[in-house]
Amino acid sequence: MLKGGSRDTGKLLMERSVPGRAGVVAPPLDVPEQPLPDASMLRDDLALPEVSEPEVVQYFTALSQQNFSIDTQFYPLGSCTMKYNPKINDEMAFLPGFAAIHPLQPPDQSQGALELLHTLQEYLGEITGMSGVSLATLAGAHGELAGVLMMRAYHHSRGDTGRIKMAIPDSAHGTNPASAAMAGFEVVTLASDEDGNVDLEALHELVGPDLAGVMITLPSTLGLFDRNIVEVCRIVHEAGGLVYGDGANMNALLGRAKLGDLGFDVIHLNLHKTFSTPHGGGGPGAGPVCCAPILEPYLAAPIVTASANGSGPTYALSNPEQSIGKMSGYHGNFGVLVRAYTYIRTLGDAGIKSISGNAVLNANYLLGALKDIYYLPYDRTCMHEVVLSADWQRARGVSGLDVAKRLLDYGFHAPTMYFPLIVHEALMIEPTESENRYTLDAFIEALRQINRESETDPDMVHHAPHTTPVSRLDEAGAARHPDLRWRPKT
Amino acid sequence: MSPEDRKYTREHEWAKVEDADAKLVSVGITHFAQDELGDIVYFDLPNAGDSVAYMQKMGEVESVKAVSDLFSPVTGRIDAVNSELVDHPELVNDDPFEAGWIMRVVLEDLGELDTLMSANEYDEYTGAS
Amino acid sequence: MTTAHFQSHYIPNTEREQAEMLATLGLTSIDELFHDIPDEYRNPPLNLPEPLSELEIQRELAGLASKNRSLGSGPSFLGAGSYHHFIPAIVKALMTRGEFLTAYTPYQPEVSQGTLQVIYEFQTLISSLFGMEVANAGMYDGATSLAEGVLMACRVTNRERVAVSDTVSPTYLQVIRTYCQAHGIDIEVVRHWEPEVGDDTACLVVQYPNFYGGLEDLGDFAQLAHGHGALLVVSTDPTACGMLNPPGHYSADIVTGEGQPLGIPTSYGGPYLGLFTCKEQYIRQMPSRLVGRTVDSQGRTGYVLTLQTREQHIRRERATSNICTNEALYALASTIYLAAMGRQGLKQVAELCYHKAHYAASRIESLPGYNLPFQRGPFFQEFVVQCPAPPAEINRKLMERNILGGLDISVPPYSAPLPPDLDKGMLVCVTEMNSKEDIDALVAGLAEFN
Repeated sequence: MLKGGSRDTGKLLMERSVPGRAGVVAPPLDVPEQPLPDASMLRDDLALPEVSEPEVVQYFTALSQQNFSIDTQFYPLGSCTMKYNPKINDEMAFLPGFAAIHPLQPPDQSQGALELLHTLQEYLGEITGMSGVSLATLAGAHGELAGVLMMRAYHHSRGDTGRIKMAIPDSAHGTNPASAAMAGFEVVTLASDEDGNVDLEALHELVGPDLAGVMITLPSTLGLFDRNIVEVCRIVHEAGGLVYGDGANMNALLGRAKLGDLGFDVIHLNLHKTFSTPHGGGGPGAGPVCCAPILEPYLAAPIVTASANGSGPTYALSNPEQSIGKMSGYHGNFGVLVRAYTYIRTLGDAGIKSISGNAVLNANYLLGALKDIYYLPYDRTCMHEVVLSADWQRARGVSGLDVAKRLLDYGFHAPTMYFPLIVHEALMIEPTESENRYTLDAFIEALRQINRESETDPDMVHHAPHTTPVSRLDEAGAARHPDLRWRPKT
Repeated sequence: MSPEDRKYTREHEWAKVEDADAKLVSVGITHFAQDELGDIVYFDLPNAGDSVAYMQKMGEVESVKAVSDLFSPVTGRIDAVNSELVDHPELVNDDPFEAGWIMRVVLEDLGELDTLMSANEYDEYTGAS
Repeated sequence: MTTAHFQSHYIPNTEREQAEMLATLGLTSIDELFHDIPDEYRNPPLNLPEPLSELEIQRELAGLASKNRSLGSGPSFLGAGSYHHFIPAIVKALMTRGEFLTAYTPYQPEVSQGTLQVIYEFQTLISSLFGMEVANAGMYDGATSLAEGVLMACRVTNRERVAVSDTVSPTYLQVIRTYCQAHGIDIEVVRHWEPEVGDDTACLVVQYPNFYGGLEDLGDFAQLAHGHGALLVVSTDPTACGMLNPPGHYSADIVTGEGQPLGIPTSYGGPYLGLFTCKEQYIRQMPSRLVGRTVDSQGRTGYVLTLQTREQHIRRERATSNICTNEALYALASTIYLAAMGRQGLKQVAELCYHKAHYAASRIESLPGYNLPFQRGPFFQEFVVQCPAPPAEINRKLMERNILGGLDISVPPYSAPLPPDLDKGMLVCVTEMNSKEDIDALVAGLAEFN
């Protein structure tokens, strides 16, 4: 959609600036003016733009319209769970009694917030089958770091300081090895077998007195439920290790299986995936950590506790006795936690189970309709996402990247590409439960059409997208000569 | 076909004698390596005067979406590092065997080169022949 | 009304449509899709309450929210890292547009130019505000941003000793300890008037304005750190940078901060926004995302995520940090806030905070029984008051007048670095949200004690 004048986004804020324009009017000073500090401490070089309020609104509105989003496009980005984000969740988080309260105000002035957090801890514990929950971590990777630090603290508390290795499957998200390294572990790779499960032979070779544990994503990043999982947990436990669960794919398991029952010791959840809080273009998220009783003393501070008194429970923040410490400035991403609480209350037990059921049904529906034209490396029932490969199209000169870019021209966001690393030309598709059959059918038709184009006009597909504001940006140039901020022309 | 005037490693580096009396060799990565990496955007390299050792890590090369270790094909002291690569890492994509040399090393023992692969052996190894 | 089947309004597929879709797969029930889960673990009992309608959830949460005292409901003087500032209406109006709110991380640049260009603007404005060469796309919050700054300084210098000034926020210090616990990094708390820095120190860490409100001489700190080959790492308040020379002016190497004051609600502590800037020479050791400007295949200007080889999805266990999802929506909020406030507006806000805080300080100092132990030196919007009675007791009395008093710093961890005679300290914060009437009401409330 073309836009003229200042609604065109070509000019940056500093290029729109006109001396004397104001975006706000400040209130007058209502106290006597006070002496300023020494002039040498004051700045006179503040380079911020001068633009009026309508210009700010026009500019940012026009920018927003250059994005694909769940509200405007189907967004089947694998492992990201781009489901509908209910508007009521946002409205509740913006209530002044939640949005305008201070993290350090005394507990007797924040009982409503603490009660909500305490109840959410109980819900998440029930859903995951875990006894301990800390809501203090601010994203998935942040929860991972807390979780692996807890594993370290557990081993160290037993004088077991020789467990310096962490085993991570070759299909894992990059955050897993990065988090393990931040917690001081040496990362060793755990292979997958030909069905996409953890290779038990390889696991047997890795366990021992130097292995702290394993980090497992369930379902795996291949979109598969690991049929060996109970055995994996048993083998690791028998060798004195612990099992970490990456909850990125929990949308598949809600109400269907509890990770605690299966043998996991500590996991994190991504509330911005499974529990419908908006991604916001890359956060905020929330990554609560849930754990088995043996790890509870080490949970990140603070957690919310309840104590009974005459008129009902009183809630307070408290620090677990051997806590790994504070992971952030305050008590967690409260606004995100309010949204997740609202979501769970709106669904209840029946609703929670229908989330996973429909998410898995939608993914298998796509699998069934596409596997004749896109290679399916693991031909079995998938969970919430299906991993296809563009290997057949590659043979005609059209890569997975090309297919993904061409989908943009059809008005669909691209799937996750080239991940997991163990699948060639991977296209990882996660439809979620909130899409209807009509959209899925249209998406299937687009992928069929692109497959035909890969035969009739591969060059056109190779240069897609053709309808977006920009196409195939020069990423090498951006990295060779980084231009990371606007600077005045000299 | 890789040039025959130099020797090759299984990690896709090459070493070429520039001045036999001075035991001076130049070192770089192969056409095959740059092709696998794609658009190179950055080199993290040691400084002139530093020592390098045979098949030990000597630096890193980055493309847009990958990072790889560079291994020294030889043992010795670095005489010079190709400063052109700071602003133009793409030289290695465009001309890996000449303008895209990475560094020059004074060897302890030129005989070390005998353990490396010939051009023919290397091309066979990479399936290019 | 009871029905056997619960149809969530978030799920389009009806039972009949589900049956039709299952039929295409040769299946008859959804449960068959879960046959990979061993029988004994499949479909466990799930003890959650019955679903609520939107009407009911609104009532329930309005009830919970009403049990919290909100900052707008009466005079409030609590700060200590989370600040009550004015937020123009356009911030929420623009950031809650679905195109921003419900987009993912901008991995597909062709359909994410909105988010990418916003982050480029954010990097421009934050680096300018802090007087630094480069800013990243943001971190989780001020505390984690500082902790990552410390880890980065250790990587840059290849050293493992860290000197943290005793006037850095005690909670930020706790987070630094959490982040460093597995790396054998030696963290020493040093006296701010005489920080010990050695030739094996990776960085000196200070806060500006410091946790207790004071403004220390960053130039001296920079000279000291640099003299030992160490970096100066500063945590700062972006509002203060509206009027005061920013840390970059004093040659700080890494400058972090809490972005919450820039248009983000206090929201019981989160979501907030970590600000992270550094000198350009250290850019390859920076954590988190960066957006760069480039051109497309037809020469048109566009924006992309760049220098990604630093990050976890490529470098995995050797990444500069494990951070992935950060706080992009609040980077957007702060960018809109800074665009609206602009050059004059941010300075005006900073000056309002400054004058009101100094007015409050001078009124309180004149009360019998109260004194301001630190305020011989300059301060911005916060100051410490030594009270005639325990601060918790005073705060209870103030709340009877519906006044939220300052932070009680007579208790750990805030009391740790304080001299023994400062045993009834309260950290008072005054911003542009406090009217003269608010301040006078606080002074009248405090005057009850002497």
